Amino acid sequence: MWRSSLVLCCTLLLGGCSDSSSPSQPGTADPPTLYYYTWSDYADPEIIAEFETSRGVRVVVDTFSSNEELLAKVQTGMTGYDVVVPSDFMAGIMGRLGFLAELDHNRIPHVQDLESHLTELPFDPNQRFAIPYLWGTVGIGYNAEVITDVPTSWDVLWDSQYSGRISMLNDQREVLGLALRALGHSLNSRDPHIIRQAKDRLIVQKPLVKAYTSEQFDQLLVSGEVVLAHAWGGPVARAMREQPSIRYAIPQEGGTIWTDCLAVLSSSHNKELAMDFINYLLHEPVALLTSQRLLFASANRHVRSQLPPEIRDNIAVYPPDEILSRMEWMEDVQEATREYDRAWIELKVH
Amino acid sequence: MIHLPSHSLPLPLKCSFWAAALLLIVFFLFPLLVVFGVSLASRGLYGGVEWVGTLENYRRLADPLLGMIFLRSILFASMTTLVCALVGFPLAYAVARVSQRWQLVFLTLVMIPFWTNFLVRTYAWILILRADGVFNSLLIQLGVQSEPLSLLFTDFAVGIGLVYGYLPFMVLPLIVAIERIPPQLEEAAYDLYASMGGMFRHVILPLSKPGFIAGGVLVFIPSLGAFITPYLLGGGQKMLIGTLIQQEFLISRDWPFGSALSFGLMGIVLMLGFVVSRTFLGRSAR
Repeated sequence: MWRSSLVLCCTLLLGGCSDSSSPSQPGTADPPTLYYYTWSDYADPEIIAEFETSRGVRVVVDTFSSNEELLAKVQTGMTGYDVVVPSDFMAGIMGRLGFLAELDHNRIPHVQDLESHLTELPFDPNQRFAIPYLWGTVGIGYNAEVITDVPTSWDVLWDSQYSGRISMLNDQREVLGLALRALGHSLNSRDPHIIRQAKDRLIVQKPLVKAYTSEQFDQLLVSGEVVLAHAWGGPVARAMREQPSIRYAIPQEGGTIWTDCLAVLSSSHNKELAMDFINYLLHEPVALLTSQRLLFASANRHVRSQLPPEIRDNIAVYPPDEILSRMEWMEDVQEATREYDRAWIELKVH
Repeated sequence: MIHLPSHSLPLPLKCSFWAAALLLIVFFLFPLLVVFGVSLASRGLYGGVEWVGTLENYRRLADPLLGMIFLRSILFASMTTLVCALVGFPLAYAVARVSQRWQLVFLTLVMIPFWTNFLVRTYAWILILRADGVFNSLLIQLGVQSEPLSLLFTDFAVGIGLVYGYLPFMVLPLIVAIERIPPQLEEAAYDLYASMGGMFRHVILPLSKPGFIAGGVLVFIPSLGAFITPYLLGGGQKMLIGTLIQQEFLISRDWPFGSALSFGLMGIVLMLGFVVSRTFLGRSAR
């Protein structure tokens, strides 16, 4: 046991030092190894084990918890990873920086099965570098026992009757983006004047906010400490299982739509196997199982109809079609990042 | 202090001198230089580090907004240190003065929390302080409160989390310092008609000063840079300097500014250390 891990360590070290030696082929008859770097809640052992047995390969899974962590790791150089899962805007950044390999669609036939609204994305219009995998929205999770009318506007988060019972994501782009949408602007606005207007609105809201949290809002909703939460759909869908009075709504002003994408690093030594793996993850039965487990919508358009109705018709998982046109993809705002940063600090100083 | 030039040391000492020097260079000086280098660079368009030299990152430190954050962090760290000293002293005194067998038990109890991950222990405080948490349920059961108190996501929660996390760092040096005070000195004080308060004030407290200083440094510095506790227990409401540095590195992808902030923090720690050592140590230097 320790011998094999020693060998692994050595190969990893070698792989980290020299470009030419492949981390997967230490020169013996070991099975090819695929290094998969993904979100901590995405790696389902059963799904990965099936690929291993059917292909006679080994898949080594490593996880990250934010896009920035992924980028930082990839920027350090030879990571040895083959398949990575950046979100939309990060896939754009990594593609532009040359970290992603061009994908061979002949090896990934399931790219044909994408949902139609996921095929022409601003950051990678023809899936050259990244293929959507799971997707979802940002909206309002609420407790229907207290909030009897379905929230139709982000303005409900400024309603003082719910003072101290509102939570916001702890994410500067999402929070400022929400305020920008509420003011009728794009959530990718780069005009400092408009960003400051959004910030001023958020400072007005702050006394009503119980917490800015991206990890605890589902638990706060379940425990009743919070009745309105600016939220990712997936965790709200999971919270509904614990507390049936929890609902999800996407305001009429629209908000963020996101997708996490499958991509191959240009430094990968196993690009063909990597693309086979991507194809496998998008394959219908596998994609179906993934969505059932994680409660995120699948990018494969054939999956939805096969899901049980409580998942298929849950707008926290699948937003209604008519609202899709009002959703906006988050883009990297480049130099304006500093403007967002300062607005966020100012909000947090108050 | 033994002060010998390294060439006149016996061989084993010489070896350990160079080993220590090497360790410091590799694990302390080198990373620090890297951070300093980054703090003089610029942020790339997509967040990488571009090696274009600039002092802009340090100029940005002059922002009054950051001053507020630094001040608030210093306030939190000072309160934490003060409360740790107040709570830690009686505890340390008790541990230092009980029989050896009980001492082992107490020391183990002080150390046990370290066997669990800090993050897990902070999450435990969320469960305790929540509206339907342990503490509120207890108050309601006892009839002290009819409505749950709002404890989580307040400055109070952050304070509790920090004191809880760093208390052992105050207690352990205090135990060592108090153990070194011979119990006969206490008896002598009583023989000279000191009251118990007088004995503590004139004998134990002055002689445990090294413990307070070591403990104070060990509590103040990490609580000044803490980010997990304010993040989880403070509900992200009030930004502290640790949270800001984490944000610059992990969210805004502005490593150069994050590095400059780290050096700003280090400068403040060194300055405060200088002031404290001048006021507390300078006068009693023998």
